[in-house]
Amino acid sequence: MSSPTTNVPAHDVAPEDLATVARQTSVYVYEAPVRIWHWVNAAAILVLIVTGYFIGSPPPTMMIGEAYEQFVFGYIRFAHFAAGWVLAIGFLGRIYWAFFGNHHSRQLFYVPFWSATFWAEVWFEIRWYLLLAKEPKKYVGHNPLAQLAMFFFITLGVSFMIVTGFALYAEGAQEGSLTHDLFGWVHGLTWNSQRLHTLHHLGMWWIVIFMVIHIYVAIREDIMSRQSIVSTMISGTRTFKDDRPD
Amino acid sequence: MSQIETFYEVMRRQGITRRSFLKYCALTASALGLGPAFVPKIAHAMETKPRTPVIWVNGLECTCCSESFIRGAHPLAKDVVLSMISLDYSHVLMAAAGHAAEAAMEEAMETHRGNYILAVEGNPPLNEDGMFCIVGGKPFVDKLKRAAEGAKAVIAWGACASYGCVQAAKPNPTQATPVHKVITDKPIIKIPGCPPIAEVMTGVITYMLTFDRLPELDRQGRPAMFYGQRIHDKCYRRPHFDAGQFVEHWDDENARKGFCLYKMGCKGPTTYNACSTVGWNEGVSFPIQSGHGCIGCSEDGFWDQGTFYDRLTNIKQFGIEANADKVGMTAAGVVGGAVAVHAAISALKRAQKKTQDKVEG
Repeated sequence: MSSPTTNVPAHDVAPEDLATVARQTSVYVYEAPVRIWHWVNAAAILVLIVTGYFIGSPPPTMMIGEAYEQFVFGYIRFAHFAAGWVLAIGFLGRIYWAFFGNHHSRQLFYVPFWSATFWAEVWFEIRWYLLLAKEPKKYVGHNPLAQLAMFFFITLGVSFMIVTGFALYAEGAQEGSLTHDLFGWVHGLTWNSQRLHTLHHLGMWWIVIFMVIHIYVAIREDIMSRQSIVSTMISGTRTFKDDRPD
Repeated sequence: MSQIETFYEVMRRQGITRRSFLKYCALTASALGLGPAFVPKIAHAMETKPRTPVIWVNGLECTCCSESFIRGAHPLAKDVVLSMISLDYSHVLMAAAGHAAEAAMEEAMETHRGNYILAVEGNPPLNEDGMFCIVGGKPFVDKLKRAAEGAKAVIAWGACASYGCVQAAKPNPTQATPVHKVITDKPIIKIPGCPPIAEVMTGVITYMLTFDRLPELDRQGRPAMFYGQRIHDKCYRRPHFDAGQFVEHWDDENARKGFCLYKMGCKGPTTYNACSTVGWNEGVSFPIQSGHGCIGCSEDGFWDQGTFYDRLTNIKQFGIEANADKVGMTAAGVVGGAVAVHAAISALKRAQKKTQDKVEG
């Protein structure tokens, strides 16, 4: 590998930085489709949570005018349904990209269940988060614990919300609609759709819990781990803070 | 038992002349787009086809289905019972009682084997060998199974027969069980509701007689023409729902103005029935029109979906007063608290390590 050191203006580099700058220390991990999906997905989830909460517990009655002059709850529901479609189509696009993207684009969709090293490293990560391990390992993609969490919260969680959400949407769209043809079968499992509403509502809190953990851990690891986290989902590149192997 | 009257005989008995009858057949043929050759065929069918025999049995129930049925206005219940079907057995409506009544049922089952419709009101309790419901000296479950053997089709009247209703609500001590879980080898049509709307009941019977088959059923076995839409989809208060104008308290101005009852726990958005189109008592009103939310009486397990007055269902597994929001907020709160503590400890650890590095370095 050629050394780009000479290209850096001398006044910009302290002597102790030279060794690091001299080497390529970043890896391109998250391709553009993955990053775009991440942020679109995040925005859709945020809209879905706020509007979804209001659909369960509507805001106080507003008297802008007669019923035909205002559409407050209608807009809340519209935003929910629109964001739901964005989430669902985005998720389909993300699945598509898992087939055509790089190795890291597939990590979201599986758990290497039969790999002993995977579970050993999950255990190591748990020790790291319990503040028992002195130093974290370096990972180009998700660390094993993160992969596990992503799978259960996002892959399974979002799938569950999409399926139950469209089943509830199909009630309004009614028999004969596309959503009813595709997702009406869910009502055959729960029968009284009040139950399905409750399950969908609990699913929202499952995603809220994920958000709390996800944002905290991303910021914490950005500061405390040996690699970049937050900026990686913006630029796509993972940078490392030291040269030590492992 | 005497020969069952044909439709022709019933019409003659009601004072319709043969001339009018033949005119009626000709009109029917042209209305159906059939040629003149079909007129005698229709007349022949009307003259020879006996009325459909119906056996109506009552299990664990409150008779509200029968009470609703006899108030049917379109068609009138008396026309259904006296002209359209041959009601061979019914606790509530038959003149006979005791052994005579039971004998009539036995005879009807024997004579019309494979041809009669079994209408079931209520459901069989299975616990203690069915001893919680004895009809004619025998457990109802036995009677039901026997009657179903020779039936052409089974109508499950009301929430009891369709889903179990109040006697099957948790903890269901008698193990009251809906009909479709006991009778598994016959076509079953569910007409849920507590009770079902009278016109829906008579309408379903009329359909079955006219076309000699079950109406189109939905996924749960309900006739789609009456249970294809939610109360909510045709509710006349729906504009207030979309506007976000809700009744906040039973005695507030919004209640007087007839706003949406969503916040008062109305189950219209999750209930499939024809109340908001057909109405009750000849279309006079229905619960929402009377100012009370729908309680979802035609839905599976409607007694176990929390109170009738909460929008969000209480989830008993998490305590009597917990709904999805309370459960979720608690969980998110615990996780959020844990995150805060974890962040604090992490920061301390990091500060400690830096100091150590300095000392060591």
